[in-house]
Amino acid sequence: MTNLDQKTNANWTIIFICWIIAFVSTLGSLFFSEIMELAPCSLCWYQRIFMFPLVIMFFVGLFSFDKSIIKYALPIAIIGWGFAFYHYLLYSGFIPENLQPCSQGISCSETYLDLFGFLTIPLLSLISFTIIIALLFVSKRRLSK
Amino acid sequence: MKKQYIVLLTGICLILLFVFGVYLYKNHQIKKYGFMAQKNASTFIREYSQTLGSEDAKIYLVKFTDPGCETCSKFHPFVKKLMSIYQNKIKLVIRYAPFHKGADEMVKILEASRKQGKYWETLEVMYESQGYWASHHDPQPQRIWKFLPKAGLDLEKIRVDMNDPEIEKIIKQDMADAKTLNVTKTPGFFVNGRPLPSFGYNQLQEVVESEIIANY
Repeated sequence: MTNLDQKTNANWTIIFICWIIAFVSTLGSLFFSEIMELAPCSLCWYQRIFMFPLVIMFFVGLFSFDKSIIKYALPIAIIGWGFAFYHYLLYSGFIPENLQPCSQGISCSETYLDLFGFLTIPLLSLISFTIIIALLFVSKRRLSK
Repeated sequence: MKKQYIVLLTGICLILLFVFGVYLYKNHQIKKYGFMAQKNASTFIREYSQTLGSEDAKIYLVKFTDPGCETCSKFHPFVKKLMSIYQNKIKLVIRYAPFHKGADEMVKILEASRKQGKYWETLEVMYESQGYWASHHDPQPQRIWKFLPKAGLDLEKIRVDMNDPEIEKIIKQDMADAKTLNVTKTPGFFVNGRPLPSFGYNQLQEVVESEIIANY
């Protein structure tokens, strides 16, 4: 019984960490757009579309712990990761500029923010999505055992 | 502790952290631009900038504007009201940030009207007739020509003067200064180099009043 409790506890903590990461990413991106007034480009918007709902989903899943949250959150996080990865490649120049989808308005490849010389906004997004997906897979494996 | 409490507490902490970050950032910005104001006053006012108000005024109200921006036209009467309340204390400086489609042309007409001494009249006409030529989904700058005679302009002369390459330079310089000062929306106000803490009528009035107290 205690063993089972501990197991649930650990799984809860993993989702809890996922929620914090999603929440911090959401607030961070809102800070960039609303406070620092860096207009989000279209690729940023797609990543936001898949990051913002995770905050609510994880929250509901945590409140009365429901392990099926993993099943629902994973596809969203993976699609978001795809956009983040593509954006990161574009940003770091692996995909040539003329292949980028946003030709008008805000450029997706122009660097607006550079923390400590290497942390750009797409990299932050990629890191968040990667950690969330990794944690979700960990808890998925734990649960299927 | 119950898990629900942990979740709620964490959420509240994160939001508070966000609010604190906003506060720190805004303070930092205000300090930064206040500092800039002392160092490069010319970013705020250029030799060619059109000004309104007494030469002795100690309050420089810099307005980055776009003739096609609705909020700018809504603010215009308010700025004039402030200027009449604090007579001879405020000097209005017009800078351009023509972000709207077709707004470049308006700035050219406006600058050309200076040669006829009808700058402020023309600006008023542009703001008043904005609904006809600056609609967002279908801007039709050519429609302004119908309204220009109201400002008492010689239209033929305007058509010639507005192509002066000097005007092009003015727009470029103003856009560059707008970028330096981080003006991304219009109207962008600076009172003696100080930006508004947040946008609004009251905020503008408060900053103007605090500068008046500090300078008079």
